[in-house]
Amino acid sequence: MTLNSVLQLVIFMVVLLALVKPLGLYMANIYEGRSAVNRIFGPVERLLYRLFGVREDDEMNWKTYALAFLVFNAIGLLVVYVLQRLQTSLPLNQGAQFLTTPMTPESAFNTAVSFASNTNWQGYGGEMTMTYLTQMLGLTVQNFVSAASGMAVLVALIRGLSRRSAQTIGSFWVDLTRSTLYILLPFSIIMALFLVSQGVVQTFDTYQTAQLTQPITGSDGSAVTEQVIAVGPAASQIAIKQLGTNGGGFFNVNSAHPFENPTPLSNFVELLAILVIPAALCYTFGKMVGDTRQGWAVLAAMTLIFAVLVVGVSLAEQGGNPAFNALGIDQTPSDLQAGGNMEGKETRYGIVNSTLWAAATTAASNGSVNSMHDSYTPLGGLIPMWLMQLGEVIYGGVGSGLYGMLIFAIIAVFVAGLMVGRTPEYLGKKIEAYEIKMSSLIILIPPVLVLVGAAVAVVSEGGLATIYNTTPAVHGFSEVLYAFSSASNNNGSAFAGLGANTPFYNIALGICMFFARYWLAIPVLAIAGSLARKKIVPAGAGTLPTHTPLFIVMLIGVVIVVGALTFFPALALGPIVEHFIMIGG
Amino acid sequence: MATQTSTSTSLIQIIRPAIVSLVIFTIITGVLYPALITGIAQVVFPNQANGSLIKDANGTIIGSELIGQEFSDPSYFWGRLSATGPVPYNAAASSGSNYGPLNPSLIGEEGIIQTRINALRDADSAAGVTNTAPIPVDLVTASASGLDPQISPAAALYQLPRVAALRGTDEASIRSLVDEFTEGRTLGLLGEPRVNVLELNLALDERYPLVETSE
Repeated sequence: MTLNSVLQLVIFMVVLLALVKPLGLYMANIYEGRSAVNRIFGPVERLLYRLFGVREDDEMNWKTYALAFLVFNAIGLLVVYVLQRLQTSLPLNQGAQFLTTPMTPESAFNTAVSFASNTNWQGYGGEMTMTYLTQMLGLTVQNFVSAASGMAVLVALIRGLSRRSAQTIGSFWVDLTRSTLYILLPFSIIMALFLVSQGVVQTFDTYQTAQLTQPITGSDGSAVTEQVIAVGPAASQIAIKQLGTNGGGFFNVNSAHPFENPTPLSNFVELLAILVIPAALCYTFGKMVGDTRQGWAVLAAMTLIFAVLVVGVSLAEQGGNPAFNALGIDQTPSDLQAGGNMEGKETRYGIVNSTLWAAATTAASNGSVNSMHDSYTPLGGLIPMWLMQLGEVIYGGVGSGLYGMLIFAIIAVFVAGLMVGRTPEYLGKKIEAYEIKMSSLIILIPPVLVLVGAAVAVVSEGGLATIYNTTPAVHGFSEVLYAFSSASNNNGSAFAGLGANTPFYNIALGICMFFARYWLAIPVLAIAGSLARKKIVPAGAGTLPTHTPLFIVMLIGVVIVVGALTFFPALALGPIVEHFIMIGG
Repeated sequence: MATQTSTSTSLIQIIRPAIVSLVIFTIITGVLYPALITGIAQVVFPNQANGSLIKDANGTIIGSELIGQEFSDPSYFWGRLSATGPVPYNAAASSGSNYGPLNPSLIGEEGIIQTRINALRDADSAAGVTNTAPIPVDLVTASASGLDPQISPAAALYQLPRVAALRGTDEASIRSLVDEFTEGRTLGLLGEPRVNVLELNLALDERYPLVETSE
């Protein structure tokens, strides 16, 4: 790696970590209703609750909370589905000449689940498929509320940890409203305007037509003299797509598109937006449980894993493709070129901003891309895939990342308890059989979906039909494994070669996204309810402190061991074999 | 704690807030928010918000600063390979090549890289130029978007002898033009140095128009 690459990574991490405390504190105050913002907008907020027909102080037990979460998401899912099916008869429609991909029921189902579950996997290409109205009323709205739903579940779990002998864990409607209006919306407004200043488009006009300087020959031999340039209300959607760790692009190539991410500065700010809320929520957690050291410890574990893996993927891509050397191509980085494996990467990002993005978006469950992961070197592609397979807990999705990591923390104290033969505790709460059963479910469901899904795909006609890279065959397997890893961990990132807009993949991946989101949130809320009812036992001599370097190492160990043991065999069949084929020539 | 507990909540007590809240959030985040951003953007940043379009003297749109165009004429600088269909640099259907690193369509004898290398070499020899420099990687690989407006300075400099010969001028003049259109890292730090191909070629046509028309 060049000195500049290292500097770009270091500066990014420093700015990110510097924002954790102020933003984390702000969010803690918002959720506890103590911020100045709560007071100023309190009347508006209470008016909304009157319209909803709920009371701000009407708290819920975990079952009601889970039911509210599920019903709200189900209705949202239905609306997105219907909106897509009817979009051609609705206004704000660019016209059939531009929307060349037909909207099938399977694709609409897949997209509805995808955006409601905060996965934002895309089987379709935005500028060819979606009307402006669908992008705004359907997708932008779900970008907000699916993220807010994840944050609500996290806040409920934190209340479970911090309350004693309580029956309730808060109100879903209050947490949803505060997450949306006080956190996601104001930051989105600022960010959207910044993005427009950099060149991200924001217009309701239809696509523009430019006269080409040099006419080109079309596929049928005729001269092409015009370039149709897709535009649209993109900036408003991209701001929340990053802040809410959604990741669904306005355009087909997502954040690689110059109208989504035009400059190094827009790239830097979008990267920050991807990780800052998940990272800052660690501080929010520490604050709300009354011991900020607990939040820092979790954040440290996440950051250490992330830092190692981001360097790994950068080294793999900067190292380039040995086959390119054989062709006499210059891949050496210099002041005049980024060098490395530039296939599927944009000039303005070069290697380091592509690989940092790849790691950040698969660590957080953002899933947007600014380079094409399918064209990465085998090991460069393995790391983003593995980051998803770790369960989206390295920062992870807004809310969902930290609640996933807290489940790993519960497993870590359980494992430590087994070693010393004591009942494990986390933050003064006894961890008993019920919590461990629920935690096991949360940890086991995604790998089952990934491995079973990928296995079914590679033995079925529908799964094999649209694999794009069949030479070597192992790369095709990586495409399938990547897709199921992404869907089953609610990430949404894609090895974009796989043709996923088919009945098989739309349905199979839709099912994975659905279960990964909702079957995990329910046991998380069950743990929240169970912990809330417990007393807090004072820490004794035998209590394992959970803010020390020892615990950080323990937590990293559990995350890595579970992730490595579960997925090593599958990874060996895909990227690892391909790596040996590559270096073997 | 003075909180009220809802021990038995019927489904209807959940469905109403679910529907009403979704309607309200749809209005706020799906209508008001994009409309607000569009309104401000169209007033404060009208050029960027509408696609950073480039217009000629007559006001005809001839491209966008941010969207590349296909150049295969040897008298122009060439950009990144574009994998969009059915024609390269189709800005209504962005796409990368998505070739795996060992795919023969990428690295094989008939692959996109070798085809591009051959085209560059043929263009050089047709222009009477001997160019033995190693070819910069970004000049023979497809961009992620298929619309990359830029190439590395190395990729521009590699093409210098050919373009200078065909434009009937010396390399130093073209070199200074390339330097003029080279954008460094933001704050000297972020991103990568790059040259905007369309803007560079438009400047070429203006300052070093072709002596003989090829048509």
